[in-house]
Amino acid sequence: MPKSLLAALVLALAAPCPALAVDSPADIAALRREMAAIRADYEVRLRALEQRLQAAEARATPAPPMPVQPPVAAAPAAATLPSAPALAAPAAAAGSGASSFNPAVSLILSGLYARTSQDPARYAISGFQLPVDAEVGPGSRGFSLAETELGLSAQIDPWLRGAAAIALHGDDSVSVEEAFIQTTALGRGLTLKAGRFFSGVGYLNAQHAHTWDFVDNPLAYQALLGTQYGDDGARLSWLAPTDQFIELGLEVGRGRGFPGSDTGRNGAGMTAVTAHTGGDVGDSHSWRAGVSWQHTRADEQALVGQAAGGSAVTNAFSGRTRLWIADAVWKWAPNGNASRTHFKLQGEYLRATRSGSLVYDVGNTDSAGDYRATPSGWYVQGVYQFMPRWRVGLRTEALNAGAPDYGANAGLLASTGFRPRKDAAMVDFNPSEFSRVRLQLARDRSQPGASDNQLFLQYQMSLGAHGAHGY
Amino acid sequence: MTTTFNSFVRLLAGLCVLLMTTLPAHAALRVLACEPEWGALVLELGGKQVDVSVATSARQDPHQIQARPSLIARARNADLVVCTGAELEIGWLPLLLQQSGNAALQPGAPGNFAAADYVSKLDVPTQLDRSQGDVHAAGNPHIQTDPRRIALVSQALAARLQQLDPPHAADYARAQAEFATRWQRATERWTAQAAPLRGLPVVSQHKAFVYLYDWLGLKEVAVLEPKPGIEPTASHLQAVQAALKATPARLVLYAAYQDPRPSDWLSRNAGIPALKLPFTVGGSDAANDLFGLFDDTVARLLAAAGAAR
Repeated sequence: MPKSLLAALVLALAAPCPALAVDSPADIAALRREMAAIRADYEVRLRALEQRLQAAEARATPAPPMPVQPPVAAAPAAATLPSAPALAAPAAAAGSGASSFNPAVSLILSGLYARTSQDPARYAISGFQLPVDAEVGPGSRGFSLAETELGLSAQIDPWLRGAAAIALHGDDSVSVEEAFIQTTALGRGLTLKAGRFFSGVGYLNAQHAHTWDFVDNPLAYQALLGTQYGDDGARLSWLAPTDQFIELGLEVGRGRGFPGSDTGRNGAGMTAVTAHTGGDVGDSHSWRAGVSWQHTRADEQALVGQAAGGSAVTNAFSGRTRLWIADAVWKWAPNGNASRTHFKLQGEYLRATRSGSLVYDVGNTDSAGDYRATPSGWYVQGVYQFMPRWRVGLRTEALNAGAPDYGANAGLLASTGFRPRKDAAMVDFNPSEFSRVRLQLARDRSQPGASDNQLFLQYQMSLGAHGAHGY
Repeated sequence: MTTTFNSFVRLLAGLCVLLMTTLPAHAALRVLACEPEWGALVLELGGKQVDVSVATSARQDPHQIQARPSLIARARNADLVVCTGAELEIGWLPLLLQQSGNAALQPGAPGNFAAADYVSKLDVPTQLDRSQGDVHAAGNPHIQTDPRRIALVSQALAARLQQLDPPHAADYARAQAEFATRWQRATERWTAQAAPLRGLPVVSQHKAFVYLYDWLGLKEVAVLEPKPGIEPTASHLQAVQAALKATPARLVLYAAYQDPRPSDWLSRNAGIPALKLPFTVGGSDAANDLFGLFDDTVARLLAAAGAAR
């Protein structure tokens, strides 16, 4: 760099430096103005203090206790009002005893009546191999207790918050749905979460069952994410310092659930990256959209498939799954006031690439072969509150098994090219923001030639701490 | 697929760098006000030293707001959040703060200001039970309908602004002193103007005006919501109408953000005027600041009470 340029650069950088300023008439004028401002400031304060004194003398009562802790010298010189002391908040009465530190407790009660034209025990999604214990389909017929969810949350210390959601299932089993800690003091838009939690991929995945707008999750979630993807691991999210909402997330996890499987290795079984943006359009519209990518590993993942003859067969998949999700939601409420009417339109597209090897008919034929498939699915749903307390919703969805290539096992497994579809309609009544009763009708065409007509009647109640629901 | 992922990561990294370098260099204190009345108060006290953004409008129900992406982004970039508190924003503010990744706004931090902490509350439930509707443990949160309580909040808020922005502490103190003087004069004027309203029996659609009644001495004889936060039902409206035969009311009041139909129904069937009150800044054309809010509220009450006479 030439010397002259360097000197010019140094000068340019130093120019705004106050040390280089010289006294001039302009500076003196500025000083005068400053002095005048200070004088005016003191006059105002003095006047206010005089008024206070007069008011105090007139009433001959003590001035109201200042319910504030001004850390700086300038006292807020308020002209008090006659009845002010009675209106000021009394010193905050902290709760007594150890119980005042109890976490916020909430309990979700939910029950279901289901009526289906096909036997739920034989439910399968044609072309999709799912884990033996996959939660797919309408569940059981007749009356059943749906998941009872116990939620606990509290601030742990000034830097961390903790929350847990314990699910009590109708069959008397218990599972830890979520149990995580989360930072609140990292700043710079960063939040770190660790423990077990629902992954932030897509739109619907992180939402608890009691906030769903339909009884069940879409087929695409059932077939590609094991209904809802929760994992043990950590998530770092960063919110951009812009007026436009831009949130980026990075997750690593054990990979314990479908489409991954517990591999018992040291490294991460699941990695995910999410990116979401959103905002408002005028007063009445708001939106959020994003893309997510997830990578999972599976080792000898037991899957139920369909043999070429039509019978069910257990296979084992080892390999990796890369999943892309595009999600979007748009909400409308007149002037942003959702109390009377509002509308919500949401849609997601999921596309997975599963590649590795598949052992056909584990324990019997044990025939190994390469495996590659690109299953995909989408759903679109709209929910409209047409009057206070009442909402109606429609959902349509489809799946594509994505022409699986079974390598050496080609011909042993069925591959029909059938496209599962499902349509659902619901109406729900919300006596208060803590209670909901829902009727849902659905036609599920997950298997060729066997359309399942489903009817659900459901209640969902929320007890205890007032929950705050995500967008 | 790996190459698409790599290019995706590169895109994100590029985006990060772009955002980091275009950081808005704000000198002013950035304030996110939950409700318009607190936005207006911050402007009175902060003037040019603050950059105020208001999360809700006068046409929105402050209980029922969603933690929208735009609000999360604004919470991310704020130095101070000024809200009512007393659980008014419990359905959305905690989530906003959790997702903001902004340590300055967390409960207990100086950047988290709850107005209701500085005034005495009414309707504090003796028994906490949701059979009583959406009750707030701390008491009725709609404190902004009483100018005397706003005066108290202004003191506390000015102190907080001074704490957060020491270089401008003198400016905030001066603005507070000026505001307090003007506000006291205005409050005395409103109180005198509204003297004829003392003892006036009224019906409210939601328990939104208890502090207004406490200030002006209006008497609430019935509420159209069967329980706080529960929409008026036809049977409850009929019960209110029947009860008004024994204890007549002169007006039925509702806030600008509320559905006017329950009040209109009672107005038609009980033969008393239904009156929309601005409730907060922006709730009517005249309520364009805090002074306008009370000028308009008192004027509307006097006009309607005069007409009902």
